[in-house]
Amino acid sequence: MDLGLTPEQIKSRKRFSDFVDEYIAPVADQNDRDEETPVELIKKLGEQGFLGAFIPEEYGGKGMDMVTAGLLCEEIGRGSASLLSLLTINGMVSQAILKWGTRAQKEHWLPGLATAEKVAAFGVTEPDIGSDAKSVETTAELSGNSYILNGRKKWISYGQVADLFLILAQCDGKPTTFLIERDTPGFSTTPITGLLGFRSAMLAEVQIEGCRVPEENLVGRPGFGFSHVTNVALDHGRYCVGWGCLGLAEACLQASLSYTSERKQFGTNLRGHQLIQEMIADMITNIKATRLLCYHAAYLKETGDPGMIMETSIMKYFASRMVNKIANDAVQIHGAHGCGSEYSVQRYLRDAKIMEIIEGSNQMQQIIIAKSGYMNFRLEKRKK
Amino acid sequence: MTNDEIKERIKAFICQFIQNVDIPDDEDLFASGLVNSLFAMQLVLHIEKEFQLKVANDDLDYENFKSINAITDFIGQKDLNSETK
Repeated sequence: MDLGLTPEQIKSRKRFSDFVDEYIAPVADQNDRDEETPVELIKKLGEQGFLGAFIPEEYGGKGMDMVTAGLLCEEIGRGSASLLSLLTINGMVSQAILKWGTRAQKEHWLPGLATAEKVAAFGVTEPDIGSDAKSVETTAELSGNSYILNGRKKWISYGQVADLFLILAQCDGKPTTFLIERDTPGFSTTPITGLLGFRSAMLAEVQIEGCRVPEENLVGRPGFGFSHVTNVALDHGRYCVGWGCLGLAEACLQASLSYTSERKQFGTNLRGHQLIQEMIADMITNIKATRLLCYHAAYLKETGDPGMIMETSIMKYFASRMVNKIANDAVQIHGAHGCGSEYSVQRYLRDAKIMEIIEGSNQMQQIIIAKSGYMNFRLEKRKK
Repeated sequence: MTNDEIKERIKAFICQFIQNVDIPDDEDLFASGLVNSLFAMQLVLHIEKEFQLKVANDDLDYENFKSINAITDFIGQKDLNSETK
């Protein structure tokens, strides 16, 4: 069993890390305060091919292996959880198109999404619908060779700037997904500000009022929009979020190691206090445990193993809980400084909380993980 | 691969998810509420890995996945198509 990275993966990680240190980390706090991601930064991600990490080369992407793409999510997450969500949602839409789109849809949309020429957003959540996603209230009615969509979506990451939206709607009572372009008549977005975390992820509420969408923009088939299309996207989202939590936790650890090495109380550096050491030790151990779960999920994804859905859920659940504990401890270690704007740890804590809610709340993960446990228990009993 | 072999493999997979091991071959898995929505994608991944097939947009027909018999016929047909290509 070899859990080490290949020389190519190590090289890629260094490239990602250098990029984050130069272009993302130095501006992340300011972007958080401005509640904005500069367009130039999005373009830079596109130029690097980062938004095409999971898109095959034949469609203009980088076709990275699952570990390398995970390392990219980790590094971006270390710099800015908000920016990670751009990578996440762009990837979610890309993966939905890649798996269930027509050849024409793949050829038309994926090259632009791979290079940030187009930015995608994922529209499932509504003002009154969250976890019960298959019950969305947005409607789609067939009219000639088009569909007419009506409804509202809320909490849509990068909804303020996205060019293309994957929207889940009810078509004759069947969950169905459509691609809608921003310039479609009847389509508009309203910025959502003042959020707890992901403040520079430019969230928006989306209004869809009589939007006429050509039938060639239907992704998958009517009735398969939730079970197949949305679930492919959510599984991908959880994968990116899990790795991103790892990066965010690493940022908390590095900040804590640095601060406790310099700050003196009672005549000695904080690092000399055993109660501080306990928190540092737990951070290191939990980060290592999360990394193993990330590698395992990567291996299953790489091999197309059906177990990947459950393992990705477990990895995201563990990683998001882990990073909340770590970010909480990082602020605790920094004391009053950690609550102020001079240090990034207060942003880390606010962003960490969001990780427990997005791409399937942790309570939804708990339900499916527990059910899976009972299923395996039953199987083992049957074998005996 | 014969239809019987395909069916046995599909049954073995589905039995992991459903308590009742004696599911009739023509029982509608989804309408009966025996499986949840995650199962749909797990089934797709299983078909792709176990039978080395690609399930794509054109295959998204409820009739292909609704029962053990339907899934068996679907895989048999896909297998046949890939052999004749």
